Amino acid sequence: MTSSYEHHDYDVLIIGAGGAGLRAAIEAKQRGLKVGIITKSLLGKAHTVMAEGGMAAAMGNVSAEDNWQVHFRDTMRGGKFLNNNRMAELHAKESPDRVRELEQWGALFDRTKEGKILQRDFGGHRYARLAHVGDRTGLELIRTLQQKVVSMDTDVFMECKVLKLVHDENGRIAGCVAYWRPTGEFVTFSAKAIILATGGAGKSWKFTSNSWEGTGDGHAMALWAGAQLIDMECIQFHPTGMVWPLSVRGLLVTEGVRGDGGVLRNSEGQRFMFNYVAPMFRDETAESEEEGDKWYDDHAAGRRPPELLPRDEVARAINSEVKAGRGTPHGGVYLDIASRRTPEFIRRRLPSMYHQFMELAGVDITSEPMEIGPTCHYIMGGVKVDADSAATLVPGLFAAGECAGGMHGANRLGGNSLSDLVVFGRRAGMGAADYIESGQAATSLDMSEVEEAVQEALAPFDRTEGENPYDIQRDLQEMMQLNVGIIRTAGEIEDAITQLETFTDRVKNIAVKGGRAYNPGWNLATDLPAMLTVCKTVARGASLRKESRGGHTREDFPKADPEFAKFNFAHTTSGGNWDSEIVTVESPLLPMPDELKALLEETK
Amino acid sequence: MADVTMRIWRGDASGGDFENYSVEQNEGEVVLDVIHRIQATEAPDLACRWNCKAGKCGSCAAEINGKPRLMCMTRMDQLPEGPVTVTPMKTFPIIRDLVTDVSFNFEQAKKVPALMPPPMPEGGYIMFQEDVERGQEFRKCIECFMCQDVCHVIRDHEANKLHYSGPRFFIRYAELEMHPLDMNDRRDLVREEMGLGYCNITKCCTEVCPEHIKITDNAIIPLKERVVDAHYDPVAWLGRKIRRKTKTSAADAAVQPAP
Amino acid sequence: MAVTESSTNVVLGGTRGGPDVATLRQDRWWLQPVVTVSVLTAFVIYSTWAAFQNKYYYVGANVHRDLISPFYSPCLASNCVPGSKAGFAFSGWALSPALLILIFPLGFRLTCYYYRRSYYRAFWWSPPACAVSDAHASYTGETRFPLIMQNLHRYFFFAGLIFNTLLTYDAIRAFHQPGLGWGVTVGTIVLLVNAALLWLYSLSCHACRHLCGGQVKSFSKHPIRYRFWKFLTPLNAKHMNFAWASLIFVALTDVYVRLVASGVFSDYKIF
Ligand SMILES: Cc1cc2nc3c(=O)[nH]c(=O)nc-3n(C[C@H](O)[C@H](O)[C@H](O)COP(=O)(O)OP(=O)(O)OC[C@H]3O[C@@H](n4cnc5c(N)ncnc54)[C@H](O)[C@@H]3O)c2cc1C
Ligand code: SF4
Ligand code: SF4
Ligand code: FES
Ligand code: FES
Repeated sequence: MTSSYEHHDYDVLIIGAGGAGLRAAIEAKQRGLKVGIITKSLLGKAHTVMAEGGMAAAMGNVSAEDNWQVHFRDTMRGGKFLNNNRMAELHAKESPDRVRELEQWGALFDRTKEGKILQRDFGGHRYARLAHVGDRTGLELIRTLQQKVVSMDTDVFMECKVLKLVHDENGRIAGCVAYWRPTGEFVTFSAKAIILATGGAGKSWKFTSNSWEGTGDGHAMALWAGAQLIDMECIQFHPTGMVWPLSVRGLLVTEGVRGDGGVLRNSEGQRFMFNYVAPMFRDETAESEEEGDKWYDDHAAGRRPPELLPRDEVARAINSEVKAGRGTPHGGVYLDIASRRTPEFIRRRLPSMYHQFMELAGVDITSEPMEIGPTCHYIMGGVKVDADSAATLVPGLFAAGECAGGMHGANRLGGNSLSDLVVFGRRAGMGAADYIESGQAATSLDMSEVEEAVQEALAPFDRTEGENPYDIQRDLQEMMQLNVGIIRTAGEIEDAITQLETFTDRVKNIAVKGGRAYNPGWNLATDLPAMLTVCKTVARGASLRKESRGGHTREDFPKADPEFAKFNFAHTTSGGNWDSEIVTVESPLLPMPDELKALLEETK
Repeated sequence: MADVTMRIWRGDASGGDFENYSVEQNEGEVVLDVIHRIQATEAPDLACRWNCKAGKCGSCAAEINGKPRLMCMTRMDQLPEGPVTVTPMKTFPIIRDLVTDVSFNFEQAKKVPALMPPPMPEGGYIMFQEDVERGQEFRKCIECFMCQDVCHVIRDHEANKLHYSGPRFFIRYAELEMHPLDMNDRRDLVREEMGLGYCNITKCCTEVCPEHIKITDNAIIPLKERVVDAHYDPVAWLGRKIRRKTKTSAADAAVQPAP
Repeated sequence: MAVTESSTNVVLGGTRGGPDVATLRQDRWWLQPVVTVSVLTAFVIYSTWAAFQNKYYYVGANVHRDLISPFYSPCLASNCVPGSKAGFAFSGWALSPALLILIFPLGFRLTCYYYRRSYYRAFWWSPPACAVSDAHASYTGETRFPLIMQNLHRYFFFAGLIFNTLLTYDAIRAFHQPGLGWGVTVGTIVLLVNAALLWLYSLSCHACRHLCGGQVKSFSKHPIRYRFWKFLTPLNAKHMNFAWASLIFVALTDVYVRLVASGVFSDYKIF
């Protein structure tokens, strides 16, 4: 069967309109290329819009001592040294410029008294480093980039979902196949280079801060296209998600609450974080409540309170408290800012948190503590890329943002993602432009790959008897939460690996009701293959990493093992399909240059 | 908790009607939860837009009991007893069920002449909190387009869509006009092309804004006053005649590339 | 080159979703317009009647008072009752002196952004309430004559300031009671409160907020204007309240003076 589809032709095609995708578009556009952006929701709605706390950049506006070296060190330590050190270096060096240039395009950050960009404290960052706008920094970032992209007259394909990447006959990336959600019609794109900026994959867990978009499409499509995924077992569970009412369980409570003075207490009223300070952080963490409290006003007067340890540490501590029976009625712990700051302060600094609790939970955070617990938030793992150019192993394919791996190692520090987006979004745009200028880009689209993807997407309509995709999604989320959640053991992980095979069969038996136009059931059916691919790599990585490190905690191997700090687990697939066999290898870490090593030593 | 009847408009450009669903409702749930439950059970093809489910992305706007609301921020227990009516936004063409074609708004966004700041000094721009605060209020906008939906200028008079950009974009113009670094002047543009004069300041946009932006008081009226400065104020007009125009006119600005 | 209509990709006439009804609202959206219509109509009827009365607007030296109704101040016609006349007089004016001056406060309120909102909604039904259909088939807003004249609001605001000054002068003068010296009566307090409310109404005006500071791009470069603007902004947020309070109180002030002047009761002296 041959059908003709709507077709578009670009130099650079960007899949994803979050911070990474938009920043990449600006760069490619500035190089004079023809750029198209595809997003499966509307422009401006990508996950980036939800980011709250801020973007990390060592500008030194608040703490003059801050510089890229300290930021680099913090990032590596937060990532438990699993990071791609070149990425961490570029990120630390370039993020101040990337933040400042946003103001040229219209961003309005909160200011210091001297009229510079204000920076706030966040977990794992030694100095106040997060440029922010109240607690809606992601909105500011995405709107600024969006407005810039629009003013540059860039084509944006909204509510258009990419199903699969397509090669040319030489195995280079040549384009992709997608469908319009409003009509259900298919559309093909040819491109000399494609940049993946599809964001995260947290929707496969039951309690998550991610939206329906977080299905890991980019991760999966890259794997199917021949690229490698690394560190997939490292999933960040953010320590503070809402736990009640059930309908908002998982919704994020920004770390800014703790940065601005909020503390964690168990049901006995105890500030339990003091009992969970790991040796690596003892030197710089307060030993008593008095010392911690002094720090908020004057960072020289005391050391940081333990509530501001990296996220993996805090999430694990909360988990242990709840397990030990010291949790709140709804299975969380208390996050208390009401007893520590004035109502005016809280409303001014955390306006959307105030609203979120007031409107959704009926809790006034200026007078009551919040009930919070860990929620699936961010995937450190992603497509393996070259730090400087964001190139993947497949010619013509680039990746940036949350779907790229390596930058954050085993655990991401808060605020490092937004700056990651603009630093590596820009680099991906440059990388793609350089690649095109080198003249090696693909010119033809392998239509048989297109047809295959289309057939697969339409199959659920042909089945009259079959399963409801919503049931599969719900079961998958519950299964992953239970077996590959915050704390993992061999038995559960193996169980997950077996169950994922059953899920594969179930997905092959989905039946979809209704037509193709704006059919969310069908849309979910096309998401599930990517979700399963991602879950499989997560489970495989989790099973192989027999240690605990950052966003991967094994009850049966509670300690970090230096042997495992030498490589990432890298996944590939040979078949190129979502149900093909996945192969996992150990991929050695990038050797660290001596100057960087010295940085880690001297400031330890 | 007791079941609730949801009266949901279902259909597309070829027509449609209300359909009733009787669904279970749990403590603390919002309208979007109930819609999701209908999707997961009775009607998997019920179309609705959503992303964040936290009032941050502005995707899930619809009309609940006749008023534009975010489905994810409307608590079921705060609606009056009885069936809950959910319809798509009225002002925009229908795609399917609760999803409308909001491209009108993206077209308006393309017409906004970008910020034109001076070159950035080493170490970044210096702006003070009082300089950015007015703009920050407008930048809270989550682009739910409910103000555009409720604005009678286009809700009840389709033809005005050709020459009216609507409250969402008036706050954008106000933000740029109040930006301490901006060197552009969009006042004539706003009057001539964007239809500021069509707004009769009846404030429905302000009433529905989920971000509680004082659209009318803080953006539209100040813009109208700026237009008066530029256009209707005889004293200012005379002054300009004498001093000659120094600023770029908005018409030029419209095609000026951003730096 | 400006963006022209033809260069936009806005397509008209797309089919809309939902039922084709004026509104699906079931709450009492009509309440607000009904209240607005009632109060404004009552005011208009009363003030017209009062303005044409051409008597009982001044309480003078014969009862040791100096109270003038705000509807008649400044009293500019040569036929003003003795004692009420402002320094300068139109000779040969035979109608009520109120008619000479009321155009200014009337114009001020008519072009006021808040009243515009209210009467466009309540009287013109454009729209009667949010998400309730506009009652008119076509609509050009404030882009054509006569409504384009609303843009002159700031001039009425300036005129309003002159009136406020005069009425404040009236209020202060009222404390000096002819033949008795300084003292406080209920009437003096009524005049004073009236003047105060009128000041609050004017100061909270949107044109005022713009002219005093709102018009600048950078507040940090204009610290004085920023101070003004900061001061006026919270008042401006209450403009609606001041609009109603001052409107009703102006009428009440006239009622009070009228009742005293016509001898229904006398103005009580407090001290
Ligand atoms: C609630 C919350 C708060 C956060 N707070 C912070 C914070 O304070 N600081 C910080 O640094 N980080 C924060 N993060 C993390 C950060 O926001 C994200 O990691 C980051 O925004 C990801 O950006 P991105 O550009 O990679 O992708 P996203 O913004 O997720 O965008 C993905 C894009 O890809 C598109 N897409 C995906 N799949 C397809 C497909 N198949 N076809 C077409 N398009 C597709 C989507 O439509 C979307 O446009 C937070 C995250 C959440 C959820
Ligand atoms: S105030 Fe103006 S812009 Fe806002 S809804 Fe009314 S007419 Fe539309
Ligand atoms: S101004 Fe308010 S109502 Fe209008 S689009 Fe923005 S957030 Fe929505
Ligand atoms: S889903 Fe994002 S605002 Fe409702
Ligand atoms: S008097 Fe009401 S806005 Fe000026």
